[in-house]
Amino acid sequence: MVSSVLFVIGMNMEEVVLNSGDTAWMLMSAGLVTLMIPGIALFYGGMVRVKSVLNMMMMSFGALAVVFTLWIIFGFSMVFGDSVGGNGYIGDVTEFLFLKGLDNSGALIGTIPAAVFIAFQGVFAAITVALISGSIADRAKFGAWMVFAGIWATLVYFPVAHWVFAFDDFVAETGGWIANDLGAIDFAGGTAVHINAGAAGLAVAIVLGKRVGFGRSPMRPHNLPLVMLGAALLWFGWFGFNAGSAVASNGTAGLALLNTIGATAAAVLAWLVVEKVRDGHATSLGAASGVVAGLVAITPACAAVTASGALIIGVVAGVLCAMSVGLKFRFGFDDSLDVVAVHLVGGIVGTIMIGFVGVEVGLFNGGGTDQLVKQATGVVAVLAYSFIMTLIIAKVIDLVMGFRISKDDEISGIDLVVHAERGYELTDNTQGSVSGASKGA
Amino acid sequence: MKLITAILKPFKLDDVKDALQAAGITGMTVSEASGFGRQRGHTEVYRGAEYTVDLVPKVRLEVLVDDKDANSVVDVIVKAASTGSIGDGKVWTTPVDQVVRVRTGEKGPDAI
Repeated sequence: MVSSVLFVIGMNMEEVVLNSGDTAWMLMSAGLVTLMIPGIALFYGGMVRVKSVLNMMMMSFGALAVVFTLWIIFGFSMVFGDSVGGNGYIGDVTEFLFLKGLDNSGALIGTIPAAVFIAFQGVFAAITVALISGSIADRAKFGAWMVFAGIWATLVYFPVAHWVFAFDDFVAETGGWIANDLGAIDFAGGTAVHINAGAAGLAVAIVLGKRVGFGRSPMRPHNLPLVMLGAALLWFGWFGFNAGSAVASNGTAGLALLNTIGATAAAVLAWLVVEKVRDGHATSLGAASGVVAGLVAITPACAAVTASGALIIGVVAGVLCAMSVGLKFRFGFDDSLDVVAVHLVGGIVGTIMIGFVGVEVGLFNGGGTDQLVKQATGVVAVLAYSFIMTLIIAKVIDLVMGFRISKDDEISGIDLVVHAERGYELTDNTQGSVSGASKGA
Repeated sequence: MKLITAILKPFKLDDVKDALQAAGITGMTVSEASGFGRQRGHTEVYRGAEYTVDLVPKVRLEVLVDDKDANSVVDVIVKAASTGSIGDGKVWTTPVDQVVRVRTGEKGPDAI
C-alpha cells in the first residue's frame, strides 16, 4: 500500500524526497547484480564437463526467469510487506500483490524510486536460487529445476529474506525478526543468500544422489577460462550486491566496496597458499574459487568491519573454504561444484567473524560476546530452516515428477537429451541434414 | 607405394613439416591424436582432487610415398622429430595397394 510508504515520511517528521545521487547508484547496482547471473552461469558452466555446459548455464538463466516473475507477483510483498501478526516471520502477501501502489514512477522507498529498490532486491532473490544449481550439475531435469526454483523461492528465500532484510519502518512498519528483534548483522546476505543457498545445495544434492561415476571417473572442468571470466564478472557485479545494499550513495557504500575488494584479494591469496602447500600447485580454479569464497564471506560484513577486518575475514574464508572442498568425498554427497564449501562455509565464516572483528561490536574490538551470540543464532536459524525445508521440497518434487534424468541420459549428456543442443561446434565436419521446416516462423 | 605414419610430439610438428618440404614431399595429412607408450600420463589437480590422465596429446602425421623414397623420408622424419627424451613417438610404414587422385583420376605413383 502507498500508505505504508508514506508512513516513512510520517515517522521521520520530515518530507522524504528523491535523492538523485542515491537513485543513480541504485540504478547502477541493479544492473551490476544482474550481471552476476551470467557470472554464475559462466563460473559454473566452465566447471562442468562439455556435455552439460548448456544445462548448467540454463539453470541460472531459468532461476532469474522464474524468480523475478514471482517477485513481481507476490515475492516482494512476502519479503517487504508488513510482517504478518508483527512476529517477523513473513511479510503480508496481499500488501504489495502485483506491486500495487509501487509500480509507478512516483512511489519512493527511502530516497529512491520504489521501482529501483524492487528491481535490485528481486535480482538478489534470483541469484540466491541460481547459486543452488551448482550442487546438482549434470543430472537434474530442467522442468523439475524450474518448479524447484519457484517453490524454493516462495517457501524458503522469501521468508528468510523477510527475516534478514526487512527493517522496521523502511518499506513497511514491522519487518523481520533477525534484522529487528535479534539484531544480527547481515549487510548484504551472508545468511539470507549464502548460508541459505549453501544449506539448500547440500539438501538437494542429497535428494538427487551422486552422479554416475562420482568419485571414480574424472569430472574435470571443461573450460577454465570461462570459470575465471565468470569469477571476474561476479567480483564486478558484487560491487552492486554489497555496496548497493547501502541503498544510498554514501560512505557506507564506499566502505562496503573497499572491503569487497580487500577481503576477496586476501581470500585468493589464502586459497592459493593452501593449494600450493597441500597439492603442490597454485591453480586457476583455485584462484577463481578464492574470489567467490572471499566475496561470499565479506557479504554480511562489508559495512561492519575495517579494511584490516576485511583482510582477516578474507584469509579465514580462503583457508577454510579451500580445506572444505574435500568433505564431499569423505561424506559421500555429490555437491558437484562445491556450493557447500564455498557458499555455506564462506557465509558462516563471514557472518560469525562479525562477532569477532566487527567495529565496536566484535569480541576483538571490546564488544564482548553479545554480538557473536546473535550472529551464531542467525546462522543456525537460517541453516536449519533452509536445510530442512529444502529436503522436503526436493523430495516432494522427486516423488511427484522425478527430479533426476535417467542414467542413460546422464551418460549421453544432459545438453543433448534435455535441451537438444550442444555447447560447442568446433568443426564443420558434423554430418546431417535439415529434417523439418522451422516452427519458429 | 608406402604409407608412412608418424606419431609426434605436437611441438615438433613444424620442424618435421619443414624438413619434409625441404626433402621434396608435397603433401601430408595431420591429425590430433592421444595415447601413451613409455612416457605414460600426467597428474592434474582440480580443487584438491587429483586426476591421473593416461593419454598424452600427440600429433599423427601421414605421408604417401613411392617405395624407393620410403626409407629416406622415414629418416628425415626421425631426424627432425627427435629430442632425445622419452615420448618422442614412433614412425612406421605400411604397404599401399592403390592411390587415386580424386580430381584427375591419376593412379599409382603419379597420384602421389
